[in-house]
Amino acid sequence: MQWEIVIGLEVHTQLSTQSKIFSGSSTAFGAEPNTQASAVDIALPGVLPVLNKGAVERAIQLGLAIDANISRRSVFARKNYFYPDLPKGYQISQMELPVVEGGHLTIQVGDVEKVIRITRAHLEEDAGKSIHGDFHGMTGIDLNRAGTPLLEIVSEPDMRGSAEAVAYAKALHSLVVWLGICDGNMQEGSFRCDANVSVRPKGSTELGTRCEIKNLNSFRFMERAIEYEARRQIEINEDGGTIRQETRLYDPDRDETRTMRSKEDAHDYRYFPDPDLLPLVISEEWIARTRAAMPELPAAMRERFVSDYAISAYDAAVLTSTKAMASYFEAAVSAAGGEAKICANWMMGDLSAALNRAELSVEQSPVSATQLAMLVRRITDGTLSGKLAKEVFEALWQGEGEVDAIIEARGLKQVSDTGAIEIVVAQVLADSPNQVAEYRAGKEKMLGYLIGQAMKAMKGKANPQQLNEVLLRLLAQ
Amino acid sequence: MINASLSQLASLLADKKISSVELTQIYLGRIAKLNPALNAFVTLNSEMSLADARAADARIAAGQAAALTGIPVAHKDIFCADGWRTTCGSKMLENFIAPYDAHVISQFKTAGAVSLGKTNMDEFAMGSSNETSYFGAVKNPWDASAVPGGSSGGSAAAVAARLAPAATGTDTGGSIRQPAALTGITGLKPTYGVVSRYGMIAFASSLDQAGPMAKSAEDCALLMNVMAGFDARDSTSLERPVEDYTRDLQQPLAGLRIGLPREYFAEGLGADVAASVEAALHEYRKLGAVTVDISLPNTKLSIPVYYVLAPAEASTNLSRFDGVRYGYRAPEYGDLTDMYEKSRAQGFGTEVKRRIMIGTYVLSHGYYDAYYMQAQKIRRLIAQDFEAAFQHCDIIMGPTAPSTAFNFGEKADDPVAMYLSDIYTIAVNLAGLPGMSVPCGLGSNGRPVGLQIIGNYFSEAKMLGVAHQYQLATDWHTRMPDNI
Repeated sequence: MQWEIVIGLEVHTQLSTQSKIFSGSSTAFGAEPNTQASAVDIALPGVLPVLNKGAVERAIQLGLAIDANISRRSVFARKNYFYPDLPKGYQISQMELPVVEGGHLTIQVGDVEKVIRITRAHLEEDAGKSIHGDFHGMTGIDLNRAGTPLLEIVSEPDMRGSAEAVAYAKALHSLVVWLGICDGNMQEGSFRCDANVSVRPKGSTELGTRCEIKNLNSFRFMERAIEYEARRQIEINEDGGTIRQETRLYDPDRDETRTMRSKEDAHDYRYFPDPDLLPLVISEEWIARTRAAMPELPAAMRERFVSDYAISAYDAAVLTSTKAMASYFEAAVSAAGGEAKICANWMMGDLSAALNRAELSVEQSPVSATQLAMLVRRITDGTLSGKLAKEVFEALWQGEGEVDAIIEARGLKQVSDTGAIEIVVAQVLADSPNQVAEYRAGKEKMLGYLIGQAMKAMKGKANPQQLNEVLLRLLAQ
Repeated sequence: MINASLSQLASLLADKKISSVELTQIYLGRIAKLNPALNAFVTLNSEMSLADARAADARIAAGQAAALTGIPVAHKDIFCADGWRTTCGSKMLENFIAPYDAHVISQFKTAGAVSLGKTNMDEFAMGSSNETSYFGAVKNPWDASAVPGGSSGGSAAAVAARLAPAATGTDTGGSIRQPAALTGITGLKPTYGVVSRYGMIAFASSLDQAGPMAKSAEDCALLMNVMAGFDARDSTSLERPVEDYTRDLQQPLAGLRIGLPREYFAEGLGADVAASVEAALHEYRKLGAVTVDISLPNTKLSIPVYYVLAPAEASTNLSRFDGVRYGYRAPEYGDLTDMYEKSRAQGFGTEVKRRIMIGTYVLSHGYYDAYYMQAQKIRRLIAQDFEAAFQHCDIIMGPTAPSTAFNFGEKADDPVAMYLSDIYTIAVNLAGLPGMSVPCGLGSNGRPVGLQIIGNYFSEAKMLGVAHQYQLATDWHTRMPDNI
């Protein structure tokens, strides 16, 4: 039987606010345990939560970016369960009325575009951390993370296979980083994914029993976990078994998922509206103000790049993969006075290759956008050949100074003086009578040899087009 | 001295007839003498109280006194007060020293008042007789065999026995008004949101409201001037212009329309209570008020609604008492679940556990719609009853409690009978309205009777005026128990 894998993702994004969602404590990562935990965070008797507007603004931004409905009225609810790193004995979250509903995100897998529907996004607070192992058989509790704002973004089960799931997760990651609402740091837990995976016979429209896989803290693990889990479910089905609905944990060391808890031991969270917080009311004005402050979105920017700069859709997609990349490109084109295609080629070619080799992001590039633009200018005005330009780029990368200074210092200026080229070419022809004769006898590939000799004699600095013209003219005489 | 009003005390302090230290010592002396029998205070700290008094004296000397500077105030042990043990009447917090001030406490500090001590209360404010306190019940100063009411029974008894010039209380279903009635003092539960709940240990967040308990309406007005006001740390605190709650004290009552809900004068009301309330209404008519009959048809539903909503909120408000970070932890336990179970089983009393159970049940999957949602709908109907009633009257009056103070043990084993003693007070909390209790007589057993005054939203100043005019014309509020 042919099986179809169906995946929906729940992504917890840690919002980039300075302070926590319901208290004034700092959200900075990595501080000494419990140094960023206030009376509110540790849930002393009598304390009360106060909503951080910055967290709401970030949720509105996400909602606008995925074309969702921003709930004009949403409600915070208490999700009740006991755990040592959950100080209040409940988590403040949103259940029935989330801040963002509906929406969609377009992903690209190979050449195929696909729209993934987003069910909802809701605001909630993070729990603290339990630290096992360091305390003589006891457990340590660090509440620095307790109360950190999260936006949980839940997709519809619209993905068919791990490649689509990873593409969706990457697109969402790129979007939240682009918007600046999340730092996207997966190692520090700023972007955490859970996958709901089920399988069904191809052609079926009913959903199979799903398992939720937790602990997918890299895109690679997500891909492997989904593949393992789908295989496991298909095997059970093919052996005539039934899938149990459960929560499973991915173990990257063994590359397998295993049961964490079954549906039967699922908590009754006893959600109800938190009486300490009024319903969250978002005005049209607040939405308008947030929209005005938002950066141009990648999709809009892609379209603009294609129409304004006459580059291909593919190039536009690569150049808008991050906001830094796009800014670099626009700065370079502007400084180069146009020449978008050449700028794009350099960015996607030599610059990207060098950045990858050095494991640097474009923000960290030793070659600035204005330097790359100057390089492009020297190519288009004929000062540099493509080959010499690569040498200049190398020197820029090594920090040898500005483009013109490098050309000067290294004597790389291209010779475009026809008279000078003619003298050299005449000498080459005179020195190579046999080859000239062969060419004239019809052996056209001798031309390449003669160009090579002339270029060598000019130490590579001849304008290649002029050299070609001069050579053909003299050979024709 | 012990019968002086707050403004009289303020004058004595301002005129240097007495110092705050002296005044505080007078009350600490009375407490030392009378509290062992009354059990109104659970925590005293004369060093901290006298330090407050010395600071107040310095402030008075510097000519920077505010209305209540130097006046000792007792605080219900539900308010966190920096450096003070704050127990909420529970074993769970028997050794909890609060590391911060509740908003109410810091307001009194800013005003220069002296913290006289922490008063006893029903455990986590759950009770109507003070019998659920882990620290033992408070005795009613009028009769040691009678309950003082609850949950603010310690504050009520302290004021009634003149162990404090004034006290703070909190009222979730009648916890200021009912003990005020049962001990013959004046107490006000403000409109929900007028006094910040920050630092007040939560029982039922959507109902809890702090308010003053004192010898007179005039004193309550001065205390309200300190307690009320917007606080950004409480999201349910209302941002309103600052009010002077004494402004309507001298307003004449001519033409005042007093609504009398027929449901408050029906079966279940003690004859002696009814007679005292009738006498008070007669007094009001003499002062120029008129009475009109009104109906609050959903009154009888207020108790079942309350006993769904309040336990629901309480069940999760009390989840933080888990033995992990502070408070009681069982001395012996196995795994984590065992630690939770033993700590909570040993740390909470019977009534608290009963309400946690009820609350957990009504919020559970499959029961939520039938109980919690249904109760919320009826809560709205109850609020609408009042809204409709206030179309026909300016203020509502009736009894605060169906009887005078009952005896210890009389209702302790019958939770429903106990819950019914709050029949006239609970609807006010469900609607978020302000309510008061004013002494208006003595019952057949010589125990005090309270007249309840219910106002429309934010009409505290008017209510205080209505109460004050009555207290100018009568002397019930000046009556004191014997042997104090």
